[in-house]
Amino acid sequence: MIEIVGLRKSFEGRIVLDDISASFEKGKTNLIIGQSGSGKTVLIKSIVGLHQIDDGAILYDGRNFIGMNSLERKNIRKEIGMLFQGSALFDYMTVEENVRFPLDMFSNMSLSEKDERVNFCLKRVNLENANQRYPSEISGGMQKRVAIARAISLNPRYLICDEPNSGLDPRTSIVIDELIREITTEYDITTIVNTHDMNSVMGIGEKIIFLHEGVKHWEGTKDEIFDSDNEVLNDFVFASELFKKIRRVHSLAKC
Amino acid sequence: MSVFFHIGRYSLFVRQIFDKPEKHGIFARLFLRDVESLGLKSIGIVAIISVFMGAVITWQTSLNIFSPLIPRFTVGLVARDSIILEFSSTIVCLILAGRVGSNIASEIGTMRVTEQIDALDIMGINSVNYLVLPKVLACVFIFPFLVVMSMGIGLLGGWLAGLLTGLVPSDDFIYGIQYIFNPFYVVYSLIKSVIFAFIISTVSAYWGYFSSGGALEVGVASTKAVVVSSIQILLFNLLITQLLLT
Repeated sequence: MIEIVGLRKSFEGRIVLDDISASFEKGKTNLIIGQSGSGKTVLIKSIVGLHQIDDGAILYDGRNFIGMNSLERKNIRKEIGMLFQGSALFDYMTVEENVRFPLDMFSNMSLSEKDERVNFCLKRVNLENANQRYPSEISGGMQKRVAIARAISLNPRYLICDEPNSGLDPRTSIVIDELIREITTEYDITTIVNTHDMNSVMGIGEKIIFLHEGVKHWEGTKDEIFDSDNEVLNDFVFASELFKKIRRVHSLAKC
Repeated sequence: MSVFFHIGRYSLFVRQIFDKPEKHGIFARLFLRDVESLGLKSIGIVAIISVFMGAVITWQTSLNIFSPLIPRFTVGLVARDSIILEFSSTIVCLILAGRVGSNIASEIGTMRVTEQIDALDIMGINSVNYLVLPKVLACVFIFPFLVVMSMGIGLLGGWLAGLLTGLVPSDDFIYGIQYIFNPFYVVYSLIKSVIFAFIISTVSAYWGYFSSGGALEVGVASTKAVVVSSIQILLFNLLITQLLLT
């Protein structure tokens, strides 16, 4: 479980996140949603320590990340797998080398054990025949799958995903969402997904936190969204005609 | 941002570079890759520039000696000292600041804007040490070889120019390059090349590492890396010459 308590972050005096408290549960896909510029990415990057926060606490299973020294932080980071918006694959490495990289850096596995683990991870993300290709030679969806394979290669306890569906077509987005959910349940890890894709919200949102202008506006599950009277949330989630219709159908079904 | 801000941040950056590498095997692989991409791939440009500069120095010196009292071998002597003392260390390093500096800044800058550096940090890897140390050591290792090679090729270019134009007879030129030769000049040149290699690699990595935004900012970082490295090379050239030769 990851908990954040009273998190504040500002850039050059401009407050970007104000007093955010939330808990992200183990074995569930926890979603952070909000409009562009609402502070989602800053929150995600603060949670993993890429941004230094002004105030508050970040607890990884009770261990306060903020009070840790660099060695303790380093150890906790080995338990985190992260999926970046642009995949962040190392472009001078092949697919196989990208997935093998964390194993080379941090494990004492033999060569054959590493091979086995790399093949397992690539198979788990349904990507078996691209081992020797470079990131620039594969599609965006495949890159995301390689990034997931790399993120899970060291058996992480926490999986953090920053806009995993960004730049993907709806069909591939669903595949990636499903993959994230399956991995979360299968390995019983704490997953946080930062998204503004409503299909993801409806598909995998087991716990949702809604950010608006740097403040937590709402918290609940995907089913609770339909009954919410939070206007800002409703404006955001049901902005498209499709989702307005879905909401109407949902209301009718309840009646 | 002020110069003092950059000096402070650069100092902290350099301190981070010299951490102990996480895995020596991976470090060795990166070092060899950088020796090839930053050093061996620069051989062509260094060779071409050296041969032409050597030829021009010989030619210019020869054409500007009017007095019959000055012996012809002086051309060889002047070409030798110009090439060894300044051209092969300073000018070649300025050219390498362009080729190697922009390469380092754009590679690291691209990794920054595509979040590859964030990915390394998230894994608990010291990204500065992992990315920059192999490049710094590769440059410090390979630059002296390039400078020595440049000296040889420059002198060869000078000899060829003298021979082909008929301005300096071969025997006079060879006598000139051997005349009151001070081996310390080569040592001085090599010391400069090591210092310039360190400046080029760390300054360029610094600008690349702290770039942000997109492709445009990476281009700006790359330009700044070359400009700042070049200015520092000129400043340190003055300082080292003052310290070692006066």
